[in-house]
Amino acid sequence: MTILSAFDIGLVVLILGIGASTIAARDAFAAVIGYVVYGLLLAIAWVRLSAVDVALTEAAIGGGMTGMLLLGAVARLRLAEGNDVRTSLPTRLAAGVMCALIAAGLAIAILSPPDPIPTLAPMVMEHLAQSGLGNPVAGVLFVYRALDTLLEKVVLILALLGVWSLAPDSVWGGIPGLRVYARPGSTLTFLAQLLPPVGIVVAFYMCWVGAKEPGGAFQGGTVLAAMWLLVMIAGLKRVPSISQSWLRLLLVVGPVIFLAIGLAGMVLANAFLDYPAGYAKPLIVAVEVALTLSIGVALGMLASGPPERVRQP
Amino acid sequence: MPDANVLPDATTTDGALLVLAIVLPAAGVLLSFVLGGRYAERIASVLLPSGFILATIIFADVWQSGHRLVYIVGDWKPPLGIALRADGLSAAMMVAMAIVICAVAVFAHADFGTRAGSPEARAPFAFWILLMAIWGAMNTVFLGGDLFTLYVAIELLTFAAVPLVCLDGRAETLQAALRYLLFALLGSIFYLVGTALLYGSYATLDIVLLSRRIHMEPATLAAATLMTVGLFAKTALFPLHLWLPPAHAGAPAAASAVLSAVVVKGSFFIVVRLWFDVMPGMLGPAGAQLFGALGAAAIVFGNVVALRQQRLKLLIAYSTVAQIGYLFLMFPLALDTVSAQLHGSGALTGGMLQAISHATAKAAMFMAAGLIYVALGHDRIAELGGIARALPMTIFAFGLGGVSLIGLPPSGGFLAKWLLLEATVATAQWWWALVILAGGLFTSCYMFIVLARAVSPPSAPLKLRGAVPRYQEAAALTLALISLLLGLVALGPIDIVEVGRLESTMVGSR
Amino acid sequence: MNAATLFGLCGAALVGFGLYGLVTNPEPLRKILAFNLLGSGVFLVFGLVSRRAAASGLGGDPVPQAMVITAIVVAFAATAMAIALVLRLLQETGRSTLHVDNPGGTDTDRGNS
Repeated sequence: MTILSAFDIGLVVLILGIGASTIAARDAFAAVIGYVVYGLLLAIAWVRLSAVDVALTEAAIGGGMTGMLLLGAVARLRLAEGNDVRTSLPTRLAAGVMCALIAAGLAIAILSPPDPIPTLAPMVMEHLAQSGLGNPVAGVLFVYRALDTLLEKVVLILALLGVWSLAPDSVWGGIPGLRVYARPGSTLTFLAQLLPPVGIVVAFYMCWVGAKEPGGAFQGGTVLAAMWLLVMIAGLKRVPSISQSWLRLLLVVGPVIFLAIGLAGMVLANAFLDYPAGYAKPLIVAVEVALTLSIGVALGMLASGPPERVRQP
Repeated sequence: MPDANVLPDATTTDGALLVLAIVLPAAGVLLSFVLGGRYAERIASVLLPSGFILATIIFADVWQSGHRLVYIVGDWKPPLGIALRADGLSAAMMVAMAIVICAVAVFAHADFGTRAGSPEARAPFAFWILLMAIWGAMNTVFLGGDLFTLYVAIELLTFAAVPLVCLDGRAETLQAALRYLLFALLGSIFYLVGTALLYGSYATLDIVLLSRRIHMEPATLAAATLMTVGLFAKTALFPLHLWLPPAHAGAPAAASAVLSAVVVKGSFFIVVRLWFDVMPGMLGPAGAQLFGALGAAAIVFGNVVALRQQRLKLLIAYSTVAQIGYLFLMFPLALDTVSAQLHGSGALTGGMLQAISHATAKAAMFMAAGLIYVALGHDRIAELGGIARALPMTIFAFGLGGVSLIGLPPSGGFLAKWLLLEATVATAQWWWALVILAGGLFTSCYMFIVLARAVSPPSAPLKLRGAVPRYQEAAALTLALISLLLGLVALGPIDIVEVGRLESTMVGSR
Repeated sequence: MNAATLFGLCGAALVGFGLYGLVTNPEPLRKILAFNLLGSGVFLVFGLVSRRAAASGLGGDPVPQAMVITAIVVAFAATAMAIALVLRLLQETGRSTLHVDNPGGTDTDRGNS
């Protein structure tokens, strides 16, 4: 057993332990903190699986943004009335058996791999140079399977609309209820003044370098969202009302540019979402920059929740 | 001649129509979002009829040419890229869903209409964008040729459907929406793990390529089981139906119509794609009988509980639970006993026709229930007396929709049940015939109860709470008439479902 | 057994844990948390599939990795919508629960069209 192997086993034990604790914990707050730690450990696991782009996305969105949403929810739910009755022991036993069976079935499926193991990696690499990209994951996301990425952007916008539609009619068009802690001179204010310039540079760097190295629009967009949220929570910038036209414009600029370039491909290249020869990389980078902006704004607004008041406090 | 062997996987002429079917709704959603509430309805009123025309053109193209339409996205052929494919099944469903959505749009103008110059309001803004998103997601489900694209499509469908449930903001609808969301997410994540296992075994998720490479092995069996359970949860097949009645009954009338008629058919369509196209030989007699048994349980349970309902919208929602059961009866009936393969035949045509006629009939019934609510201020069945005299067109529409659900000629429901009964005779599975007939009997029971109350004279003089616009009644009646006359497709494009089927033998083609 | 298979099995176990939490815990917030655990387990199965298929000098097959990135974003959007629903329910009723208080449905005259 090498050091690396022991590291992997230790990591898996930690992940399973903390994962189980988030399910079994009595206190919701402890469970959510456990989940944030779990997300970071998972990011390390993804690095061990040689999937650095996924590790970045998991750390940013899976651990970071989701953790933030859950923490905010736990804070508000502490004021809620008494909780539901725990499910009965027979139900829990039956559920436990069913889940164990499903996990076992998955394990058996995992332990019987095909021989030889089929892969699309050679095909991906073969054609990657054509588009000028160096990052194969970016190639899959924006060249080979661009339709899925485009549709997923629409899914994001729709989820935001769904969250907004939960607002009461009286405050429609108002300001999301993100909790603001504007205390001048506090550590939060200090961080909110120090980090965002660095964060914005990091975000655009991640987007830019994503064409060649791990990175890309999703990861960069999440960092952008985090910086924006930090600034809003510290009270340094006001939370925008959802009817602001600049907000709506930024939200759709990414998917619209992506769609427009895709449609142009029907005329200038061979098909929808095909890029004209030689122009693939600049077009893809342009799409990624626009998407970074849109994703950043969308994730920030998703984390802020539905509108809760009409006038600025 | 099997279609897949004749035509290589390349973009056919007119394939660009398939791209338009997905791009138009996406553009509509994005444009409405940025332009704001006043424009959302106007954009929808332009795009939805265009979508119907587009679907009709695709249908005519597939029917006339006898081949499916293919579009290779990005000029990258599968397995590396994604293909969009329109076979007879897709074309028929696209046209049917386009008709229902257009009718719902007309109906919804009364509740969610926006006048020029009015400020953006929450419910109309959300409704029109969500409606266009449902239309786009359904098109992607029908045309998507890759299992992961189908995953993104059903996620889009879920995110568009859930906010519609709680559009009026009451606590019960919020609970129903949350329960719906959790069930739907469970379904999607099971579907996703199945795609992971399938990719691990075959390095492709393209439907045509998978169908050639697939064979029985532990990972594939696990994938098929998990994906099917996930899709059953989204389609609300018994016993995973708990979320549907409160969600569909609590939504606004136009939303209920779309949810019951359109959204539920999306995940069902993927079940059909999975079992009929990707792995027809893997279901086996036992699996097929299991699907049929679940369907039968849904029919019995849904109908019995519907009989006990006191509120009209809940009755119609439980009726949906029952009618979904019919859709799964086609699995044991489409199994060719000799080759143990699922094949396109009368049973498949019957099942799809059942889906389409249920869509039109159920949408009409939910619309009618909504109009009754507006007129009376409630939808308690026991107190419907006199409504038939006050809203004759509405009750007539409701009745016609019921005719199709019961399965009386010449309705689409009748033809669908006829085809299924023919298949029970052909495959000597008489027990399904009993289920089909029993279901029809139950349905006629509660239809009779509702209609009898509606035409009975009121106990006290009827006070109408609100006026019901004529065009809303007309929309409901149009859909009900369509469901009534759907049986006449037997004279026309009934065998369009056979177009583009992958298998080589077609037993029972007409 | 190599590292990839180990992580894959870890993913299978997490699917079991997450599903158990989703089914048994009555509070909606805990269900959402369990759903995220379940999702991350499924993503690890994708990770195994990707690592197993390493070829052409790459550490893993990029197609499943791209699928996971898409799915992580979709799962986040789902979590955001679910949490917004839970908080709105809290605002309306003062508690967050999926149990219906009057299963027959209300017959108040509040607007339902």
